[in-house]
Amino acid sequence: MSDVPVLAIEDLTVTIGTRRGPARAVAGVEWSVRAGQTLALVGESGSGKSMSMLAATGLAPRSARVTGRVHLLGTELTGLPDDQRRRMRGRHVGFVFQDPMISLNPVLTVGRQVTEAAEEHLGLTRRAARTRAVELLDLVGIPSAATRVDSYPHQFSGGMRQRVVIAMALACEPDLLIADEPTTALDVTTQAQIVELVADLQRRLGTAVVWITHDLGVVAGIADTVAVMYAGRILEQGSVDAVFANPSHPYTAALLAARPDPAAGGGELVTIQGSPPSPLDLPAGCAFWPRCPVRGDARCEHELPPLVPVSADHRVRTFYPHPADGESR
Amino acid sequence: MSGEGQLRRALSALRHDPLAVTGTAVLTLLVVVGVAGPWLAPAGVNEVNVDRMLEQPSWSHPFGTDELGRDVLSRVMVAARVSLQVGAVSVGIALLVGVGLGLFAGYYRGWLDNVLMRCMDVLFAFPVLLLAVAIVAVLGPGLLTAMIAIGVVYTPIFARVTRAGVLSVREQVFVRAAVSIGASDLRIMRRHVLPNIAAPLIVQTSLSLAFAILSEAALSFLGLGVQPPAPAWGRMLYDGRGFVTEAWWLGVFPGAAIFLTVLAFNLVGDALRDVLDPRQLTVSEARRSAG
Repeated sequence: MSDVPVLAIEDLTVTIGTRRGPARAVAGVEWSVRAGQTLALVGESGSGKSMSMLAATGLAPRSARVTGRVHLLGTELTGLPDDQRRRMRGRHVGFVFQDPMISLNPVLTVGRQVTEAAEEHLGLTRRAARTRAVELLDLVGIPSAATRVDSYPHQFSGGMRQRVVIAMALACEPDLLIADEPTTALDVTTQAQIVELVADLQRRLGTAVVWITHDLGVVAGIADTVAVMYAGRILEQGSVDAVFANPSHPYTAALLAARPDPAAGGGELVTIQGSPPSPLDLPAGCAFWPRCPVRGDARCEHELPPLVPVSADHRVRTFYPHPADGESR
Repeated sequence: MSGEGQLRRALSALRHDPLAVTGTAVLTLLVVVGVAGPWLAPAGVNEVNVDRMLEQPSWSHPFGTDELGRDVLSRVMVAARVSLQVGAVSVGIALLVGVGLGLFAGYYRGWLDNVLMRCMDVLFAFPVLLLAVAIVAVLGPGLLTAMIAIGVVYTPIFARVTRAGVLSVREQVFVRAAVSIGASDLRIMRRHVLPNIAAPLIVQTSLSLAFAILSEAALSFLGLGVQPPAPAWGRMLYDGRGFVTEAWWLGVFPGAAIFLTVLAFNLVGDALRDVLDPRQLTVSEARRSAG
């Protein structure tokens, strides 16, 4: 079992029909994640990181055309009828969404919501579901879970709600947990607690985790592998150690350089000039070219660079890999 | 478990709202009279006594007598059953059909939404009474057809209210979350969408109950609802219309009954809306504990 990736995506492309023509949100994305491992998808807003996950699990909007191959525990998902795919997803995948203030139903008690998936997919009775709900709330560190199980979401703080959402995602003992910027809407101390909670649960349950984020600090802390996305494509992917030690794409290097550095004091923050291209009008060549500090040549402008290996567990999509570590920019 | 807990808390909150208590008391009285009216009434509804026609309210006839010497109090009491029955059945029809249509239209959107809602718009375009009269004209006058007609007339309102609610709720993240855990469409509608639009529906129901009773009165007034000699408030108003100057009690008491019923439904509906939303419940609880 350990040899089969929990989720493997190959050549995933998502095109969304809009009034102004087709928008290519994701193009040729390829990655896999194994049990007990964490993959971080990193990118700016609109880089396709969330859309690639939604499309892979069959949750893309109806106007989206999805092609490519998606294997969940070895089963090809893309060809499955909606109903079977829905059952596979419910049974094996748990989702944690960005904003816990709106991802819980305000008129149901948290207990009912936490076990909703379990009731549907494992056929739990009401009483068994309640017992399970208390267990789950306890597991995610909600104090006095036995009484809190009958509370409504508005009676919880943001961090506690996100714990409830995580409990909900874990109800069916999923093989894969997808966390879509789960800490973005929380304050910093709560963020750290949630990150620690997920890491701890992963150690105990052996779940594979896909963590969608734009917080590189979180990536460094918890991920095993990372994929950096830009304008729907992966620009660089590999083990976190390799990518962080040796960021080979100018974009990754710029992202890492843009992190605020407390040691450097209160100087001006480094930014990347410009903004990402519109998915309606993508350049023929490298999508990052107009903003690239390296500013290659006509080849960058007209020809799409392939993903080439830098080392055994590290690939990058550029004609001009960033200088190896040690050199300054 | 939790549902019962919520209901208990809602009821306890209702008890602290004087208007809700008043409305509930009036409705309870109405229901009692509606159920037991024929036995409680001091005289038979069609006990004609021409010697005592058009008598002023007195101790023996508190609401006076009509042009055939029948006791107006007894007739008003017995007519309560008809009004409540019409209200409940017609709004029940409108609620069932309207909520069903609105739910599917709003959830699935697309051509289904278009077809259903355009049909509702056509119904909406007619003035309420004109449409009811037209339906009664086709089906023939009587209590049952009046109920069906009023039910059809109020269906579009429920469809609209439901659809509007569904449109906003279905875009919520918790609905996406339910989809992500593999819940079926029907389950999402029942479990996540309906409870979140319950508040406007309850208010609409209470308002529609009031209006349905008014519509029945109007239909009976026009001679298209309950057929004489069976008593109905609207019919009594119609019959009393010829005696406004000599016998005010013929119009005032049935009219007051209609007014009180409609008012009671509105009071209860308002209070229910405040109380059934768990977020608002805590506000009212907080206010109570603070005050």
